[in-house]
Amino acid sequence: MKIAIASGKGGTGKTFVSVNLFLTLRNMGLEAALIDCDAEAPNAMAFLPARLASETEIFEYRPVIDTEKCVFCGKCAEWCEYNAIICISPAKYIRMDESLCHGCAACNTACKYGAISDSQIVSGKKSVFEFDNDRCLAEGRTEIGIKSPVRVIKAITDNPFEKEYDYTILDSPPGTACPFMETVSKADLVLLVTEPTPFGLSDLKKAVNVLEMTGKPFGVIINRAGLGNHDVYDFLKEKDISLWGEIPFEREIAELCSEGKSIKDELPDIKRKFTELALKLEDYGNSRN
Amino acid sequence: MKIAISSKTESLSGEIDSRFGRCPYFAIYDSDTQSTDFVVNKAADATDGAGPAAVGQLAAAGINEIVSGDFGMKIKDLCSQLNIQLTIIKENLTIKEITDNFKSK
Ligand code: SF4
Ligand code: SF4
Repeated sequence: MKIAIASGKGGTGKTFVSVNLFLTLRNMGLEAALIDCDAEAPNAMAFLPARLASETEIFEYRPVIDTEKCVFCGKCAEWCEYNAIICISPAKYIRMDESLCHGCAACNTACKYGAISDSQIVSGKKSVFEFDNDRCLAEGRTEIGIKSPVRVIKAITDNPFEKEYDYTILDSPPGTACPFMETVSKADLVLLVTEPTPFGLSDLKKAVNVLEMTGKPFGVIINRAGLGNHDVYDFLKEKDISLWGEIPFEREIAELCSEGKSIKDELPDIKRKFTELALKLEDYGNSRN
Repeated sequence: MKIAISSKTESLSGEIDSRFGRCPYFAIYDSDTQSTDFVVNKAADATDGAGPAAVGQLAAAGINEIVSGDFGMKIKDLCSQLNIQLTIIKENLTIKEITDNFKSK
């Protein structure tokens, strides 16, 4: 089962939840893996005793326009969702802007004159890490200057490991745009991490809207519970969204996180919360089978 | 000669929009007929690359000069390759004030 830990924006403690859930599942003797899909700023490995085991380059499509064959019909520019091609027919001008290209290859399909040929660039890196003598950690990292991390996320979520795991946690990219969608599309269950504050609620609503359209099963984890107000809870009730867990706000958590440590062993209360969450996941996984 | 002015509204009494790529409309002034038309900037809502796309739209419409509040490097490069002249107006003038100024030239 793949579980995406996501949130409508950054800074809600998504990675904190991912890492500790992973550690808890492992501690329970379960086959668990973790993939850091926040390919623009991956940082989950910093919270774990992870040892780099392998690194592979990820390639991405780039069109090459042959101006000899091009008739400046403008079809490719029309098909490009990202404004990466500017074609001005009367001026017989065409240009592809590398920094805007998402590598979707739509332009290639659009061109009926054989003026677009294929090339590839390195858009990122896929790294696998060892944890407890098991290569169960992976991370995608987008090259600087690459417009979209989607290609890297695609590659990293496509079985990066040597074996199958019962639980694969996908630490998702923040926001609700394409990178989020790409990650979520690979998940069997999405858990949205939010804070019980007005900002938390408004970002949660965005994420819920998007997820409702995809039809993916999802639930919510409230982080820093005890802060803010009750509006998030009311929203969950009104929408009939299941609350998977609440992690109380404790100063020590913030401190441990800023030191790059996971909390698992240091705070028994929080540890219990994660055990409850892991058990719930186990139940959910079993009920699916 | 055709001049495009980034515009906040579809009206001559409306003001110039200081943002080139993301202005909602362009006022197109034709110096031959001394008339002004308004067109929608198709790139206004683009996530990225709005500026170059807007230049593409204007260039395809045969524009020779663009008037706006400012232009980024990409736009300057692109327009110099396309022989489109760029004019910067920082004051919040109305479209009418700007076109009147062209008429008097
Ligand atoms: S590959 Fe996609 S994003 Fe890149 S230029 Fe072609 S259509 Fe545009
Ligand atoms: S679709 Fe092909 S022929 Fe038409 S402008 Fe693009 S590259 Fe040129």
